[in-house]
Amino acid sequence: MELIYEKSVPGRRGVKLPASDVPSASALPEGLLRTEPAGLAEISELDLVRHFTNLSRRNFSVDTNFYPLGSCTMKYNAKVLENTAALFAPFHPMTALLPGGEEFCQGSLGMLYDLGQMLADITGMDEVTSQPLAGAHGEMTGILLISAYHRAKGNRKKYVLVPDSSHGTNPASATIAGYEVITVPTAPYGDMDMELFRQAMNDEVAAVMMTCPNTLGLFNPHIKEISDIAHSFDALMYYDGANLNAIMGKVKPGDVGFDVVHVNLHKTFGTPHGGGGPGSGPVGVKKALIPFLPQPRIVMDDDGVLSLETFRPGSIGRAANFFGNFGIMVRAYAYIIMLGREGLIRVSEQAVLNANYIMERLKPFYDLPYDQTCMHECVFSASRQLAHGVHAIDIAKFLIDRGFHPPTVYFPLIVKEAIMIEPTETESKAAMDAFIEVMIEAARTAGSDPQALLDAPLTMPVSRLDETKAARELNVCCLV
Amino acid sequence: MSIYFTKEHEWVKVKDGIGAVGISEHAAHELGDITFVELPAIGKVIKQFEVLGAIESVKAASDIYSPVSGKVVKINEALNDAPEIVNESAEDAGWLAWIEISDEKELQSLMPREQYDEYLKTV
Amino acid sequence: MNDSHYCPHTEEEIREMLSVVGASSVEELFAPIPPELRAKTFNIPPGMSEFETFARMQDIVADNGAAMVNFIGGGFYDHIIPAVVDHLSGRAEFYTAYTPYQPECSQGTLQALFEYQTAICRLTGLDVSNASLYDGATACAEAAMMALRATGRNRIVVDGCVSPFSRQVLKTYLYNQDVEVVEITPLDGLLNRAALAAVLDGRVAAVLVQNPNFFGGIEDLSPLASQIHAAGALLVASVYPVSLGLIRSPGEMGVDIAVGDGQSLGNPLSFGGPSFGFIAAKKSLIRNMPGRIVGETIDKNGKRGFVLTLQAREQHIKRHKATSNICSNQGLCALRGLIFLSSVGKEGLADLARLNWDKAEYAKARLAGIPGVTVLQSAPTFNEFTLFLPGPAAPIVTELLKQGIAAGVPLGDYYEDSVNTLVVTVTEKRTKKEIDRLADALQAELECGHI
Repeated sequence: MELIYEKSVPGRRGVKLPASDVPSASALPEGLLRTEPAGLAEISELDLVRHFTNLSRRNFSVDTNFYPLGSCTMKYNAKVLENTAALFAPFHPMTALLPGGEEFCQGSLGMLYDLGQMLADITGMDEVTSQPLAGAHGEMTGILLISAYHRAKGNRKKYVLVPDSSHGTNPASATIAGYEVITVPTAPYGDMDMELFRQAMNDEVAAVMMTCPNTLGLFNPHIKEISDIAHSFDALMYYDGANLNAIMGKVKPGDVGFDVVHVNLHKTFGTPHGGGGPGSGPVGVKKALIPFLPQPRIVMDDDGVLSLETFRPGSIGRAANFFGNFGIMVRAYAYIIMLGREGLIRVSEQAVLNANYIMERLKPFYDLPYDQTCMHECVFSASRQLAHGVHAIDIAKFLIDRGFHPPTVYFPLIVKEAIMIEPTETESKAAMDAFIEVMIEAARTAGSDPQALLDAPLTMPVSRLDETKAARELNVCCLV
Repeated sequence: MSIYFTKEHEWVKVKDGIGAVGISEHAAHELGDITFVELPAIGKVIKQFEVLGAIESVKAASDIYSPVSGKVVKINEALNDAPEIVNESAEDAGWLAWIEISDEKELQSLMPREQYDEYLKTV
Repeated sequence: MNDSHYCPHTEEEIREMLSVVGASSVEELFAPIPPELRAKTFNIPPGMSEFETFARMQDIVADNGAAMVNFIGGGFYDHIIPAVVDHLSGRAEFYTAYTPYQPECSQGTLQALFEYQTAICRLTGLDVSNASLYDGATACAEAAMMALRATGRNRIVVDGCVSPFSRQVLKTYLYNQDVEVVEITPLDGLLNRAALAAVLDGRVAAVLVQNPNFFGGIEDLSPLASQIHAAGALLVASVYPVSLGLIRSPGEMGVDIAVGDGQSLGNPLSFGGPSFGFIAAKKSLIRNMPGRIVGETIDKNGKRGFVLTLQAREQHIKRHKATSNICSNQGLCALRGLIFLSSVGKEGLADLARLNWDKAEYAKARLAGIPGVTVLQSAPTFNEFTLFLPGPAAPIVTELLKQGIAAGVPLGDYYEDSVNTLVVTVTEKRTKKEIDRLADALQAELECGHI
């Protein structure tokens, strides 16, 4: 499909701007003036609408295809959430920071405060900051909070421990927050190796970052023991909330020893993924870390009036401009109050049931390196298919031709040829059965006609793309 | 000219106190299509097994550790425009840098060809 | 059981699935969680229908009262949003997709992001752009870290005229890194060049400025760029994208990395987010750039297509050695930015910027006509400018809020000795009538002696 710039015609206009009702000002000094207008599109409104509508049709999405992308929780995004977010569109965030301005933001601030309370209940924390703009941003914020805690206590800490099954963001966030990373291998039972963990712990460890259930979809039964060991060295426990969808109402990270959590609203709380964002990554902490939370902090007085603490001497400062990705929090808030207590519990139950159902049905056809009851996702390996020269990525491409978005296939790194499947609770049995049939067909075709998998996909606007060429030539912007 | 390998799959060929350094054919194959080679600055002084540079492919990134201590005296600038040379000729035209070796005794801690081939069977 | 929202199974289906799994109840699947660790309380209120939910959200919005007539900015701006932006970005194929890791079934998102990157490059006059960052403030921090990596140095100089929020975010990002942040105190609302010269040495990785700055002032950065490059450092400029319809591009001024907040490009105020951050740079810096980047390539049949490229920089491959911890971007907000820029178009953006400037110049003259009120800047401004009032600005702002006017941002909280100072923003949405109303209300407040 042509680029929008290739459809441009010099002099063509799109939207008409409002007329000016003030006199024309004199010109800016020469040195400051733009010499030539930026080469933006010049396209009529209808052509623009067709362009983006047709682009959108070149995407798979939750609303058009089953999207069992492991670790990403691609659940259905309720339409009413979009409507609620639009209600808040006209409110300027600076209003709350003006002297006397909080009075005119009680609705927005109250929503944030209540959402924080509900997330604190779900995760077993004492207070939540809404500021972090995504999961990884929450991790960085959380580890900085931990470092502020250690600094205040005069602890000398150097390391953050992560299991080798962790998301790549964990070590990357710990590094930005100033720590060296120690990676602990996974034991054959699918969790961080307890013996190696004990050996790795020392007085210089600032935090242990865990995803629980982990990226293999397994709940670590030793989690309390791990927390106790970490705490005995005054290391804090960080909970990566990427997999919270499995355990709502069943277990609270705060109850099993976690001190800091981030929550991915775009995963667990039904807000759309937007083709890669915006997400939202609020961070919850136990009491001991509240003094270090970012500013401005929202507080409520005895009469229920909300105000902002804009200057907090112990704070790590500011993670982002204002109050975080507010529009995403509106959606998450609406999601939580709509589903309610029973609804959230059911979400986790059905997410876990669906994952176990798929795991059980595909077990005869794919290797399952960690064969146990899983939580919300399961991780297969295409090692059996590899014998025929078929990689996990080839199975992924075959699925695309059959109308299914592939599972996650590059992750976790500790499983060779990983196929990580997370159906989520919103999929029907019929949709999963159709997916399972195609997965079985892929496994059979790998044996009978491997070339068919290597050639896929054939039905998309493009066939397999030359990623090497893209990385060597680095054409990242249209030059003409 | 004798060639020595590290456990991290770098090689060094030594002549007149200068070591040409690169990555093994095994490593180049494992990385897949190489898209970028980060070369050290000329004049950089480096210790044995410190990071000399990095190699990227589409789906992997790998640090290159110097097999010897010394000073970088020459780099293979052809790799800036044609990183694929490392795939095509990892142990010859795909060399990365020349290092003026400060201590040839360090070579004893490396593996000659036959030993490296044996080592590859274990990884 | 089937009364639940969005969990579609019937009792019968659940029984069938359980029998396949070999469990007698769903609860049995939670057996891996030791009983003593199970949640003892769960106090979320009971659920409700979507209709009751929407009504509840309407009640919450009502607690805000009516939205203000905005003469405030501070990083977020009240601009027009063409109707096509909501409608096209609201296509579910865009907003319910995820990161385009499988390019063949994600060409819509990938091509749109490539077009977005092109728009950002053309707007900023620079060579390369990524597919967006979280927001403008974090983009400043990411640009600083990019400069630290590219130069191998460990000092960042920040102009005090940069938004205080961006400066705080930068310091938070660098909180635990071995990096020194040096701030330069503004001089008459502009960068103090003598103070900069005094700190510009071989340790400095980058100088971060904002143009137009937090006070609204604009400068030609070209001489600054030469001075900074001579010291071997990079010039990072945070820019306001709408202003680039009128003002010379950062690339042309010699800026190495341009960043900014994309909210003004088609994203609603929405109490502060989501918006997106953009980052563009000279081509030599691309490997140090954080975040996702879309690149052009061809498929097996030679057909053009787009992929995420340079992924080897990113956390999912390089883990603790990644250029950044960023995983997601703000794809949908960047898409809104692209649709906005394409709808307004090449000439339209110049007209829009001009409209902002004309309105702000009118407001500036009108407000400066009030006895006792003067304008800080002798230098040019874009759509924001700073007023000196004859007394403290805060109580006046508080009073005008009660009349439904957000009159400006008092600087007392952000700069010492600035209690009488007020930054006023005037976008194309403010009518002459509203500007006159602001002037009359401000004059009335001053006359009735609240200060």
